Amino acid sequence: MQQKTTNQKAWFLVLPVLILVAFSAVIPLMTVVNYSVQDTFGNNQFFWAGLEWFEDMLGDERMWNALQRQLLFSGIILAIEVPLGIFVALNMPKSGVWSSFCLVVMSLPLLIPWNVVGTIWQIFGRVDIGLLGATLAALGIDYNYTQDTVSAWVTIIVMDVWHWTSLVALLAFAGLKSIPDAYYQAARIDQANRWAVFRYIELPKMAGVLMIAILLRFMDSFMIYTEPFVVTGGGPGNATTLLSIDLVKMALGQFDLGPAAAFSLMYFLVILLISWVFYTVMVNLDKKGL
Amino acid sequence: MDWMAWTWPTAAFFGTIALMLVIFTGLAIRFPETPRVGVLRIETTRGDRLFITLLGSAFINLAWLGLVGDNQPLALGVCLIYAICVFRWV
Repeated sequence: MQQKTTNQKAWFLVLPVLILVAFSAVIPLMTVVNYSVQDTFGNNQFFWAGLEWFEDMLGDERMWNALQRQLLFSGIILAIEVPLGIFVALNMPKSGVWSSFCLVVMSLPLLIPWNVVGTIWQIFGRVDIGLLGATLAALGIDYNYTQDTVSAWVTIIVMDVWHWTSLVALLAFAGLKSIPDAYYQAARIDQANRWAVFRYIELPKMAGVLMIAILLRFMDSFMIYTEPFVVTGGGPGNATTLLSIDLVKMALGQFDLGPAAAFSLMYFLVILLISWVFYTVMVNLDKKGL
Repeated sequence: MDWMAWTWPTAAFFGTIALMLVIFTGLAIRFPETPRVGVLRIETTRGDRLFITLLGSAFINLAWLGLVGDNQPLALGVCLIYAICVFRWV
């Protein structure tokens, strides 16, 4: 009988990743935990504060309001991007030159850096020189994202939909392409209508990739900073101050490192919980062969 | 290490977590296990249950701090009961 060879030296191959993760995630996280229980006035001097910052933050309306806005933002963009992405994927040419053309065009927004997207929309929406803003003003629609809350929200949501619907569409398209033709043939034999084909063949077969799309979009939108910051700067007032914008204002603007550290740890815990739920659902879907 | 602003309580906190990870790694090597399905209807190993326990404990502590406000060590007691339940039934 052949003996299974074991080579423990292979563990060293994991070392670069461990070092990378330690410096990019573990050590900063530990530092944030240390900051969250202390007070500082700069100069690298720290004073023990215990759980005071956590208590302050839990009773602080500012954080809860930012969390509400964040959940609303993520909920709205998911409710738009997922169905829209599926709709686009269903209507894309399945093969040939046009299919490739569509794929390239759809990928373009994904390649643009966040701050550039923000700048594009910031100018695009301006009432004086922006195509969108000027057109809406010419049509008599009262639109001004710097002064009106609804306008600001519509702008950042439309911007996110423009930037990221392609990702959902591309993932859904990949899911659709993987369905064998035999399923459609069987549906035709059964004279299934278009809705039945979508409901009982395409949607279940796309479930796995759609979960990945929802997870990616939720996490990205929950941590979004650059785009809304460039467009609205969190305003008007605090209307578009999402969690990360509020956090940066607190940590770097006000230099309240202790409260900001407590805030970011709670933010981190929420993200960790939601990621774990999504991950568990995805793994279980995988096991069911979807 | 000055810039990391270490304190004894936070060092003990991370030390405990590190120790738990070492113990559970040792257990996984010494006594390999097959995942089981519990009340959450998902497959979990001992490591998964430790993760659920630690994450849940963080939320229990925050909830205690926000709702009760004092006697924080008692929250650790609730976490212990929670941990026993997770390891028994999840």
